[in-house]
Amino acid sequence: MIGEGIQSTNQRKHSYVRDNVEVGFFTDPSVCIGCKACEVACKEWNQVPDDGFTWSGNSYDNTGHLGASTWRHVMFLEQDRQKGNQITGPMGLPAESASPARTGSQSDVSAVGLAEAEDPFRWVFLSDVCKHCEEAGCLEACPTGSIVRTEVGSVLVQNDVCNGCGYCVVSCPFGVIDRRPAPLMDAGGAFKCTFCYDRQKSGLVPACAKVCPTESIVFGRLDDLRARGAERVQQLQESGYSDAQLYDPTETSVRGIHAFFLILGEPEAYGLPPKPQVPTIYLKSAWTSAFATAIASIIATLVAFAFFS
Amino acid sequence: MTSDSPSEKRLEELREQAWQEGVVPGKGVDVTGGPIPRKPGYYGQPVVKPPVWTWEIPIYFFIGGLSGMSAVIASAAVLFHHVDLARTAMWLGAIGVILSSILLIMDLGRPLLFINMLRVFKHQSAMSMGVWILSMFGACVVPGLIALELHAHQVFGDTIDQLLRIAAGILIFGSAFFGTLLATYTGVLIGATAIPAWFLHRVFLPIHFGTAGLGSAAGLLELLGHRLAALNALGYYAAAVESALLIWLSVDKHGMADRAIHEHSSGWLIRIGEILTGPLALILRFFGLVPFAAISFLIGALVSRFGWIAVGKVSGSDPESVFAAERY
Repeated sequence: MIGEGIQSTNQRKHSYVRDNVEVGFFTDPSVCIGCKACEVACKEWNQVPDDGFTWSGNSYDNTGHLGASTWRHVMFLEQDRQKGNQITGPMGLPAESASPARTGSQSDVSAVGLAEAEDPFRWVFLSDVCKHCEEAGCLEACPTGSIVRTEVGSVLVQNDVCNGCGYCVVSCPFGVIDRRPAPLMDAGGAFKCTFCYDRQKSGLVPACAKVCPTESIVFGRLDDLRARGAERVQQLQESGYSDAQLYDPTETSVRGIHAFFLILGEPEAYGLPPKPQVPTIYLKSAWTSAFATAIASIIATLVAFAFFS
Repeated sequence: MTSDSPSEKRLEELREQAWQEGVVPGKGVDVTGGPIPRKPGYYGQPVVKPPVWTWEIPIYFFIGGLSGMSAVIASAAVLFHHVDLARTAMWLGAIGVILSSILLIMDLGRPLLFINMLRVFKHQSAMSMGVWILSMFGACVVPGLIALELHAHQVFGDTIDQLLRIAAGILIFGSAFFGTLLATYTGVLIGATAIPAWFLHRVFLPIHFGTAGLGSAAGLLELLGHRLAALNALGYYAAAVESALLIWLSVDKHGMADRAIHEHSSGWLIRIGEILTGPLALILRFFGLVPFAAISFLIGALVSRFGWIAVGKVSGSDPESVFAAERY
């Protein structure tokens, strides 16, 4: 299955930056094993500070969410649903019928497990990352020009230009970018995934894709990846994963993302907004209101001074 | 450890409770992350990032609005020959723009790089537009005040004094133009974001911030001893608009999407602010208690600015609000 069809460039050198080719990530949870090597590789290569050494209690996810020091984040979803044609047994919590099977003989387990104890359960892993939107809220909002679009279509924060105003933080519809607090290294600036722009300039693959042992993270030309994603969704649906779909909001004002995902189930379960909008679409009505208020204030002041002095 | 030890029994109890109710209340117990997560979204994690802004920003909204609208009053005062009022109002504008700049720079993550704001002019970024509006306002109001004061004290001879008079006039009208934008753009700034409670009220916010700025400017000028009927009329106007906005806000509900305003305690900061600037200021003014009306309006305008930032933090941390706002 893996390695068939459209080839990734995960293990090859490339010249996308020189050739101005739009690139992307395709992240596929159906082959992710939740090893978090992408998180580690990202931190190692980009020298990103740790996420704190705390236990979240949320499955095996102690990373939490994307942020200034978390550019890859492996999500661990535990759902009471089946995964494809998966056969589930009495693995969950003690349902009455399952309890005797636990202590019983081997033959009891299979008899009860397959016939009676329907306890659907599935575990989904998905490596989340900056989406590198076609219409990026952070890029539009940045007042210093620190956030730019690169030759390969990714969105890059130039750390030496950013003055930490924090406006990109509230302008990202995916909650990706954040300001790094003191006393961490380079505190005060806004940070997010760089798409390993430095590696890409040298013809290398981003660190997370390079290290991914199952090609759950695929790096390559955006058009290739879109075809690969569509093919993979079809393949999964044929294998019984009826809720497999691509998460790539092309019909909203974000107009598509360069790091898109295959998801099983609803986007909300992954903390992904179902219909993300780039905040610039709100500017027209807000500025109209502002200009109307400005004119009304001037008229009110002139009227007050003309008729009440 | 045997399976009938107290801790194992307790664990079984917790598992049972988690299975049935989804949530086990109690210190250090978060079984919601256990087998079947019941929190909205992904373990209740925020979908968008709440604002990182601290106390500097609401105070800047307040001072910026006040000083911007002071310049409008100053230009009307010049037109209608209230030179003393114009001078005080221009002082408010100039002091305000200096304080505003200090507050904005303090809020930056890297204050020493503040000058990078002036690298680009981006009409699609309300923050960039705001920086340019503040800069232009400062470039008008400070020299405008100097020219006005030099003219008022007759420092120079006839020719230069005439030039100063013309310069002061142009600069005061310039600062009025940029002042109205300074007072209202802050509503656009937070209205055009991904925070549900803010962008759902993007038409409300500029009206509220602009009018609160006008009322604050009139009120502070009255407290500084300028008891003009015109300022009293402006106080009435601002309080009436704010009263209408209070009604609008209580009617214009978006359910779960803006529940931070209507259900959370931070929403009370907004409502208290609206009551102080709206009905209370109106009543106090009606009974002739002008200084009290002015104080009520000023406090209300400040409290409401804090309320809007606090609501943004609550709303941005609430995944269900984001989902609900997008289904809207």
